[in-house]
Amino acid sequence: MKLDRAAKALFLTEFVGAFVLSMRYFFKPKATLNYPHEHNPQSPRYRGEHALRRYPNGEERCIACKLCEAICPAQAITIEAGPRGNDGTRRTTRYDIDMVKCIYCGLCQEACPVDAIVEGPNAEFAVETREELYYDKNRLLDNGARWEREIARNIAMDAPYR
Amino acid sequence: MTKIIVDGNEVDVPAEYTLLQACETAGAEVPRFCFHERLSVAGNCRMCLVEVKGGPPKPAASCAMAVRDLRPGPNGEPPQVFTNTPMVKKAREGVMEFLLINHPLDCPICDQGGECDLQDQAMAFGVDSSRYAENKRAVEDKYIGPLVKTSMNRCIHCTRCVRFTAEVAGTGDMGATGRGEDMEITTYLETAMTSELQGNVADLCPVGALLPKPQNFRARSWELQKTESIDVMDALGSAIRVDTRGREVMRILPRVNDAVNEEWISDKTRQIVDGLGAQRLDRPYVRENGKLRQASWQEAFAAIAAKVKATSAEKIGAIAGDLCAVEDMFALQLLMGKLGSKNIDCRQDGVKLDPKLGRASYLFNSTIAGIEAADSILIIGSNPRKEAPVLNARIRKRWLRGGLKISVIGDRPDLTYVYDYQGAGAESLSALADNPPPAVEKSMVIIGQGALARPDGAAILALAGKLASAFGAVKDGWNGFNVLHTAAARVGGLDLGFVPGEGGLDALAMANGGVDVLFNLGADEIDIKPGAFVIYQGSHGDRGAHRADVILPGAAYTEKSGTYVNTEGRVQMAARAGFPPGDAREDWAILRALSDVLGQRLPFDTLAALRSALYAAHPHFAAIDDIAASDASAIGKLSASGAPGKDVLASPITDFYLTNPIARASSVMAECSALARGRMLQAAE
Repeated sequence: MKLDRAAKALFLTEFVGAFVLSMRYFFKPKATLNYPHEHNPQSPRYRGEHALRRYPNGEERCIACKLCEAICPAQAITIEAGPRGNDGTRRTTRYDIDMVKCIYCGLCQEACPVDAIVEGPNAEFAVETREELYYDKNRLLDNGARWEREIARNIAMDAPYR
Repeated sequence: MTKIIVDGNEVDVPAEYTLLQACETAGAEVPRFCFHERLSVAGNCRMCLVEVKGGPPKPAASCAMAVRDLRPGPNGEPPQVFTNTPMVKKAREGVMEFLLINHPLDCPICDQGGECDLQDQAMAFGVDSSRYAENKRAVEDKYIGPLVKTSMNRCIHCTRCVRFTAEVAGTGDMGATGRGEDMEITTYLETAMTSELQGNVADLCPVGALLPKPQNFRARSWELQKTESIDVMDALGSAIRVDTRGREVMRILPRVNDAVNEEWISDKTRQIVDGLGAQRLDRPYVRENGKLRQASWQEAFAAIAAKVKATSAEKIGAIAGDLCAVEDMFALQLLMGKLGSKNIDCRQDGVKLDPKLGRASYLFNSTIAGIEAADSILIIGSNPRKEAPVLNARIRKRWLRGGLKISVIGDRPDLTYVYDYQGAGAESLSALADNPPPAVEKSMVIIGQGALARPDGAAILALAGKLASAFGAVKDGWNGFNVLHTAAARVGGLDLGFVPGEGGLDALAMANGGVDVLFNLGADEIDIKPGAFVIYQGSHGDRGAHRADVILPGAAYTEKSGTYVNTEGRVQMAARAGFPPGDAREDWAILRALSDVLGQRLPFDTLAALRSALYAAHPHFAAIDDIAASDASAIGKLSASGAPGKDVLASPITDFYLTNPIARASSVMAECSALARGRMLQAAE
């Protein structure tokens, strides 16, 4: 036994073994991403920040049916509705999402009959105060304007499976 | 009773039952659109098809076929009805597919969504696809009034609305033009409906074609908190359901109560909703240098206490208004008693009814349901269509059945049924009393506030009592002497004895300067002369608040739990659906707090304690939804000195839509009132 240990020590087998292992990992492709500059691949079904969409002609999609409000398991959505002043169509006068309550389950976009409320691909909306996470209708429509291209692409990509 | 087998279960039903009713009795659900229990049978939606054995060998419309139409089997076995066979399933799916050919798929923007018969039944009895790819029919929306919005693409032509206006409302405003696919429901010339019950067509509509216009797009049925309550707009105490979202009342719907309102309510009851949020008194006010300024409760109470302490008891008085709950009046009555004042009155219109004359002398003794048993009705000084539209619909229902003779003394109102006009004033009344028509089994005399709220009211009441006896209207098992009240609080106040004590002043004497300090509990229909220091406690900034020196903000009827006694003497409990705005409080609590400041603490700290004191003093208030028996002999004893005057016995209600402070605060009621005035002017031309 003594000889055995002496041989191991003499030929530095453990050191060499460890060095080989290090080198193997050193040359393997990296699992970590250089985050702000690199992103993971994202599914078209990714459920990120909410957005209210518009039709291509600029008309709001939302018709104030309140199905998203009804289905929301966290009761994060608050809607008030009424006839719009100029043409009397059914519109929301208030559309609030409490993003603190939201659990990003995606039931709101499943319930929406006109694809108005969607969860877009954006997950980078961290803020410094809670108040900034109480989204109102303007904020959600802005999100829609900002992300419309990606949202539309995702919906188109997912469409064959629906 | 006839035996019939429904899905294998034998049931025993009256022969005049329809198959649909027999199926319901047996517990089998039958879908329907056009059938309604309180309307005539139309049989045009075909949704209620069932299979019958012992009838024609095809699906039969169960709403239009009676149990007696079916023949028994060869050995006398009862006829059979099936609601769960493949034939029935196929028939229902086919009918539903036909109904949906032209029905738009706009449930998400339809206010009926969530409480829609078509939606529910399409889910339960329909199939998920349609074989019809043709364009849907397009129909122009019609204007049918300020209360009902139309969306005529959605109409499935069940004609419930047409039958309602023709049969229940009696105005026949609506009808159908065209046939087949061109059929359209309309008011013909796109005029507003003229009925006081028109709001009910929106409830009747099984789809979203007729919807309540003031609630347009405001709320969904599933987000509303439902509270079962009692209406105070007229003295019927109709059963209502108050739907709230958060603190806000969104709508008021009828509940079924066969003893009072069946399932109708008047437009005022239904569309008062926006008045509950407008013109509200939400903090106390004190008048300084002729102007009202906002104050705290302490300041308001201090101002009252200073004035009350400087005034002798006989110069203090209290008037209770038309919308007060019994609890509020009871608290005020106790407070006045403790202050030593006998000047209390709940009859702000000066009506000559008095609890001393016996309870039967101020009740609608026959009961509202009793109208259906009547054989003759004499209406004195009343326009039931304006004073209690739902009661008028009940009279019309009885009249439609035939064999009812209706006479009217007073002005000539349009009552939606034919009547025999007997004259305008009290002389026609005495002529009729001296020369009564041949007696009938059950005759009714309905005397309205128009005959009683006048200086000679007592004489007319005595005359009406004499008339009722002459008609044989008061006998064993039937009391046909009826007083039709217009104020929800009136019978409760009279039951409490909220009338002047020995040597006390009545409402008119108090308002005309008889007292120095006047406590006005929501009485807005009385003109208070300058001079007196007026404390107004109420919910709305109306006439009473304008004349007040101190305003104490109270709760409206949807914001407090209160007891109301309807014109029949039926004690009913209204429930709280929301909270009063701002600093406003429940009325009994304000009176309790004020009593402390005045040094005359009332002996209760909770509503429950108040109620037990009330029930101890007046046990009949404890029997909710019951009518305490009253002694009919009081009617025979009615007598009065002095002869009645010669004026027309006109109804006190000139504008149905604006009879109380809540209605006057409502813009919807104002619009209805303007329309009705326009119609009246047009008719006068």
